[in-house]
Amino acid sequence: MADKIEEQTVAVDTAAKSGGIVSSVVNWIDDRIPMTRVWNMHIAQYPAPKNFNFWYLFGSLAILVLVNQIVTGIWLTMNFVPSAEGAFASVEYIMRDVEYGWLLRYLHSTGASAFFVVVYLHMFRGMIYGSYQKPRELLWLFGMLIFLALMAEAFMGYLLPWGQMSFWGAQVIISLFGAIPVIGEDLTLWIRGDYVISGATLNRFFALHVIALPLVLVILVFLHIVALHEVGSNNPDGIEIKRKKGSVAEEDKPKFKFHEYYTNKKDVVDAIPFHPYYTVKDILGVAGFLILFCWVVFFMPEMNGFFLEAPNFEAANPLKTPEHIFPVWYFTPFYAILRAIPDKLAGVVAMGASIVVLALLPWLDRGKVRSIRYRSIWHKLNIAQFVVTFLILGWAGATPQTVFSTILSQICTVTYFMFFVLLYVYSKNEVTKPLPTRLTK
Amino acid sequence: MSNAPVDNSRRRFLTIATSVVGGVGAAGAAVPFIASWNPSERAKSAGAPVEVDISKLEPGQLIRVEWRGKPVWVIYRTPKMLEQMKQHEGQLRDPNSDEAQQLDSAKNSYRSQREEIFVAVGICTHLGCSPTFMNGGFGEKVEGTTDGFFCPCHGSKFDMAGRVFQNVPAPLNLEIPPYTFLDDTTILVGEEEEVA
Amino acid sequence: MMKKLLIGLFALLPTLTMAAGPTVPLMDANIDLRDNASLQRGAKLFMNYCLGCHQMQYQRYERTFRDIGIPVEIGKETLIFDDSKVGSHILNAMSEEDAAKWFGAAPPDLTLISRVKSPDYIYTYLKSFYKDESRPFGVNNVVFPLVGMPHVLQELQGLPTPITEEVVENGETVTKIVGVETDGSGEMSDDEYDQAARDLTNFLAYVGEPSRLESEAIGIKVLGFLVIFFILAFLLKKEYWRDVH
Repeated sequence: MADKIEEQTVAVDTAAKSGGIVSSVVNWIDDRIPMTRVWNMHIAQYPAPKNFNFWYLFGSLAILVLVNQIVTGIWLTMNFVPSAEGAFASVEYIMRDVEYGWLLRYLHSTGASAFFVVVYLHMFRGMIYGSYQKPRELLWLFGMLIFLALMAEAFMGYLLPWGQMSFWGAQVIISLFGAIPVIGEDLTLWIRGDYVISGATLNRFFALHVIALPLVLVILVFLHIVALHEVGSNNPDGIEIKRKKGSVAEEDKPKFKFHEYYTNKKDVVDAIPFHPYYTVKDILGVAGFLILFCWVVFFMPEMNGFFLEAPNFEAANPLKTPEHIFPVWYFTPFYAILRAIPDKLAGVVAMGASIVVLALLPWLDRGKVRSIRYRSIWHKLNIAQFVVTFLILGWAGATPQTVFSTILSQICTVTYFMFFVLLYVYSKNEVTKPLPTRLTK
Repeated sequence: MSNAPVDNSRRRFLTIATSVVGGVGAAGAAVPFIASWNPSERAKSAGAPVEVDISKLEPGQLIRVEWRGKPVWVIYRTPKMLEQMKQHEGQLRDPNSDEAQQLDSAKNSYRSQREEIFVAVGICTHLGCSPTFMNGGFGEKVEGTTDGFFCPCHGSKFDMAGRVFQNVPAPLNLEIPPYTFLDDTTILVGEEEEVA
Repeated sequence: MMKKLLIGLFALLPTLTMAAGPTVPLMDANIDLRDNASLQRGAKLFMNYCLGCHQMQYQRYERTFRDIGIPVEIGKETLIFDDSKVGSHILNAMSEEDAAKWFGAAPPDLTLISRVKSPDYIYTYLKSFYKDESRPFGVNNVVFPLVGMPHVLQELQGLPTPITEEVVENGETVTKIVGVETDGSGEMSDDEYDQAARDLTNFLAYVGEPSRLESEAIGIKVLGFLVIFFILAFLLKKEYWRDVH
């Protein structure tokens, strides 16, 4: 049986050796670029822990959504007019006059929200299984940079339809930079290129949204994957599958062929090749995701005002503020922290800190045990309160400000940062459960 | 790892089935992207049939109208022009309009629905320039004639029925658009319909 | 100046956000985008009573006729009142400056009104005009207080009078308008007017998102396809993972 599996996983090797037009083309290419080697090293003979669960689907789904955003985005630019006079009308032109334009636009607008759904779950996975811990700090940092670039990308993209929410949302967010001492006012003027949000702002945001930031995102995603494949994936047990060379008995080694790049340096246990096992699993994940995604796209693209906000169906009007300004749902937790603090500068600093502190997780967590499965009850409770905090902040940031929501936001701002403080304190001498020597299930 | 034998035929079947269905899905997903390149409602609206008032058109005169962004000529041909057209048929590539450059209603030696009124798309069939109407001076291009069209870009020549002369780069006669006489003084360019 | 504007903006934020939402419960518009007869009646009402002041600058006549089942020739004769081409947008001849002069603010474009507000809001709004001599046009509206628009459907509905109720708010008794009742001077009965309001709302909801029905028709097929793909992917995954388990 083992032989048969090897047959499958090294199929590319054998195909290349066994004559025929396909293999001669493959050989011709391989003599010029390392196609087969890269395929084997990173896909067909890449050792992945065998115990990935549901939480490990979101990385590949994030790539799927990124591709969706890039392709639908390219198609939208074919008809979008990046000017204050033409932007809103051109969106309606896409929605009404361009064949399937409505579908392209809904795929893009729903994709933006889906991106954050997937990325938040992906980040949460990293938190509960301690994937940011040594030696994956840089992997985590690249991920945080992707998150930052994604937020900038989403923010700038949201201005483009030039609706009321686009305009006033951008007005509020750009004004945040005005809180910076000394240079603040000049900085906001420079970002806008005008005394208010105007066509100048729209055009520069358009350029950044369609060219600069996607390029940055793609490069960062590439580096994220390079970093991942160099250190190898973490897993729900949080123990390494790569062991010291010579420490694993022959009968404990998996019956799969892995690329010598990995096996020369280390012994690998409890691993399976990424392809076909995780490719078929990710395809299943993609199918499940697409069912939910298409359901939203075709039946409820506004998602009750969470994905497309009602005031944004009204063209931007610099003289009239909508009744209730709030950012799209994926920014509301951070926006709630901003609003919780009754001082402009302190509010902006707190909001910035709430994002930066995430990047510091690898150093704030001083524990040696990664996975929540084997950590103390304190850690479990702390993560649970963090989840509740994040959800409440998300709700509060999307609600008209009342005394109640302000107090709630203030409490949750404290508990948000408390998560990191507590983690730093208890992780030093945390009482953890004994780790298994091999992956469970 | 279990010891169950690998069922290769089932595995192959499922791999192929999933690939085929996935491929169909990818092809289906491509449809909106491809279809979005078709002319939009705006383009179609701008390309809607155009009414031309020819009540002021004088013999020998050419007027241009825009239809789908292209120049369309409407010319009132004089009896002299019509007479001349019969004489140089031997020098033409396609004197009988065998190539489908017109609807059946204009597939005659005048290439028009009414003898004297000539309607054509004023774009050279070579590389898309708009030929010049040489009213009276065409003799220097083709001996024995007085009127015709000369394309300044690459020297293609057409007669007063838009028929291309031999030994010029343009391969085909000028295109005749669909059109309808709504009444004696109004032409609808872009649509050929039955008028009651 | 910049600073003042920004401070003002931040100061306004909480007050503005609290003012969100109408204070009266909305009525259920109960519309049906598949009901072409209703959409056609709604289109007729719109062209007759609304288009004079409100445009639909993103929506075209021809597309509208096609979607709601009106033959183009008939639509051209019965629903286009100016010399617009059938492929044109649904526009009127009123200039924005004039409009602002007459009504205080330019009447909003109605292409997307059903998405900015909601069908229920529009339906309630159409049924909530009432007599108020203190207003320039002699009418006011329950869901849109101090509205700067006359009751254009008055000849159909008549001129309703407000129903008031004494309510205790913050310890004070205030008189609140909770509804309206018609005076019977209109051409339509209450039921007929409700239907007319519903038809007009239905039409506005259609124009807000003309692709809605097409989207759902395609969506069903896409979801069906994806379920099949999901089942195959599931079987494939299970088959391969027998190696691992």
